This record gives sequence, C-alpha cells and structure tokens, in this order.
Amino acid sequence: MIAILDYGSGNLRSAQRAFATTGHDVEITSDLDVALKADGLVVPGVGAFAACMNGINEISAAEVIRARHDAGKPTLGICIGMQILFSDGLEHGKHKGIGMWNGEVSQLDAPILPHMGWNTVEITGTSQLFKGVEKESFYFVHSYAAKKSVGQSQAWTSHEEKFLAAVEDGALCATQFHPEKSGKAGLTLIANWSAGL
Amino acid sequence: MTLSVRIIACLDVTDGRVVKGINFTDLVDAGDPVEMAALYGNEGVDELTFLDISASSAGRETTLDVVRKTAEQVFIPLTVGGGIRSVEDVNRLLRAGADKVSINTAALRRPELISEVVDRFGSQVLVLSVDARRARTDSGFEVTTHGGRESAGIDAIAWVEKACALGVGEILLNSMDADGTRAGYDIGMISAVRSVSKVPLIASGGAGALSDFAAALDAGADALLAASVFHFGIHRIGDVKSYLSAAGYSIRMPNNS
Repeated sequence: MIAILDYGSGNLRSAQRAFATTGHDVEITSDLDVALKADGLVVPGVGAFAACMNGINEISAAEVIRARHDAGKPTLGICIGMQILFSDGLEHGKHKGIGMWNGEVSQLDAPILPHMGWNTVEITGTSQLFKGVEKESFYFVHSYAAKKSVGQSQAWTSHEEKFLAAVEDGALCATQFHPEKSGKAGLTLIANWSAGL
Repeated sequence: MTLSVRIIACLDVTDGRVVKGINFTDLVDAGDPVEMAALYGNEGVDELTFLDISASSAGRETTLDVVRKTAEQVFIPLTVGGGIRSVEDVNRLLRAGADKVSINTAALRRPELISEVVDRFGSQVLVLSVDARRARTDSGFEVTTHGGRESAGIDAIAWVEKACALGVGEILLNSMDADGTRAGYDIGMISAVRSVSKVPLIASGGAGALSDFAAALDAGADALLAASVFHFGIHRIGDVKSYLSAAGYSIRMPNNS
C-alpha cells in the first residue's frame, strides 16, 4: 500500500489517482501509524516552505520520515515535499526543515519566476527513477530549490541557474517537479519508484 | 535543460459540456470535456484550461464534477477559470483537482482577492486573466469586461503591475481585438505586458498561422493558449510543436504520449 501524507496541503486526489496507476492501493492519510507501516510513503506539498513545515510539525510527521529512513522503507517527497527534507528553507525568512539532507533551499536567481512548465533533466549517478524516461520532460512549478548535491544519485535541471530536480538516496527519494502532473513520463517515473516497494 | 514553451488548449465549458466549435471526427462525443481533455493530453498538449461559462450555480456544480473526472484521468496541469468570486470558490476547484485557477472580473472588482488567494494557496495557483484591447489610455491598452464589450476603465499595463505586486503567479493576456480573428496574437500588447511582468506570461487571442505562435514567443510570451485553431483541427497540437521545434524554440516533444 502507498500512503500519501495529508498534512493540510490541499488537493491530493489527482496524486492518489496517479499513484494508483501502479496497481498499488493508495491511501490518503494523516494517521502516522499508517504512514509508518505503508510500503511506500509520498510526501506531497504545495505552498510556502514554512506553512508546509507547520503542517508537518502539527502532526509530528518528521519522526515518521526519519523512522522510515532508518528502517530502509521508501519515501518520496514531491515539490515542497522535497524541499522540506533539507535542513533549511529561505522562503519568507530562514526556517528549519526536517533535515534529512544538509543544505538550504533558496530562491532561483531568474528574471521570471515561478519556474513554471516542462523541463528536461541531466542525471548523475545511476538512477532507478528515470529508467526509460531519461530524455523526457517533467512539470515544474516553484521559485525555490536546492542547489548543492546530496544523496547517491541526482537529476539536475536549470532555470537560469542549476538546481536539483531529483535526488535518490537509498530509500529516500524526492523530485522538485510533479511526476503526477508530468503526463506519461511522470507515470513511468512513479511506476519505477513503486517497483522498488 | 531549458524550460519549454507551453502550448495550452482552452475549452469553454457550460453545464458540463464543451461549447464553441469542437470539430473533431475522432471523438465519440464532441461535447464531453473529459474526453476532449484526454484527447489533447494524448496529443501532447502541455496544459489544459477550462473556462466555465455556466450562467447558473447548478452549471458550476457540474463543472466541479468535470474537473474531478478530468483530474482523475489526465495527468497534466489543469487550470479552471470563470465565475470565481471568493477564496472558497478557489478552494472548491483545487479540491476537485484543478492545479490552478484563473480569475478576472472578481479581481477587478476587489483586487484584495488576489492577495487572499495567494496567502492561502500560494501564488503558483493563481492566474490573472486580463481581457484587454487597444484604447486611448496611458499605455494604449485598457482592461475590458463582458467579453471585451465594455471598458473596465483601467489601464491594462497598470493593472498587470498592480496584480503582480499583489502576488499573482501568472498572467493570461487575452487580446479582445484579436480574439477569434485568427489574424495573429497582439504582438504590441504582449511586449508591453512582458516589460512590466516578472511572472510567466500566457498569450491568448488571435492564433491562426503557425508563424503567429513564434511571433508571440519573440514578443516575450512564455506560453501560448489557443482554442478554435485546435478545436477545428486547423492545427493539431503536434503541428504547432513541430513547427516551433524546427524554428529553434525549446519544445516538449514527448516520446511516449
């Protein structure tokens, strides 16, 4: 079963349907026990860094993400759900993230923001997530990003400056783009992730 | 690793049905917005926009259902506009599965609505739709209401600047002079808005020849919206993308869609 963590970050139905295309049962939940025991956990997120961290802290979800990491159970962060895995976020002042990865999430230095639309990625290391969709485009909507390498394998993209589009770090993975909004390439990436559950 | 130009197909929906010229032979039901959305999705469109032109609240409820069904089947970004008056209207649409909403008249009446929506959901969900035409204002462009029939009494460029300051995430610029003419986007208007806007700019109104799409990009548009040229099959999504790609623009050409 795949759990989609509901910590007040808006509509999760389309994410649920996208992950359901893998054949797994998908449950939207704010129950930490369910989130802990699920085969895969998805941490979505839209909105500002601090608001999302407030939502995470309200249900004490950071401990679940850490416990899953320690147990080697797969977790996938999406968009702000990726950003809050870092130690610091600089959106509207400096805020503490969950701190799974050391590094800060800062504004892109670009004349037009948000970075909104489809962009390709450049992969370093061996990627499971991007198998078969290495050359495809994915849908991004964000103004902030992590710009220093973390984890075992990285996907990079650029919008005036280079930033992390995805990280694979053992059981912990994250994408700055929205695979659930990236058409068939996104569904393939989701299937690649779920194949490891 | 360059952001692609977005090609957006716009569908006018009323009481749960697509209206205004859908002329595809390969559809079971040319009036079904969910089927249309899936078809454009398969053709490689980068985003979809539903414009709800329902006159009644029952019609708007039906649109929510259409949004729900579309979001369950079509995994690309969906923007919904038309009749949005409040933060609660935005909330309902987002919960139904819209990724973004576009607001127009309600923001003209009450600009604070922009900051209210942005504070609650973030600027990335909010598209400001501006129906503008050429007029004797400071910039030479004014905002209109009622589908371009009436002046809103506001300079279009001043309005865009104000809306950007209030936090909109994107501008959808509709040329009321060019709309439906297929004589090309209003290039001067696109340049004028581009010069004051630091958020993505969607050009709308007037798409006809393939070269029109390129001209709008050269004027500073980040995304291109069209309705009738797609609905009547004058151009398929792939034709526009192939043309722009060959002309050197960064285009998403999905291999497996």
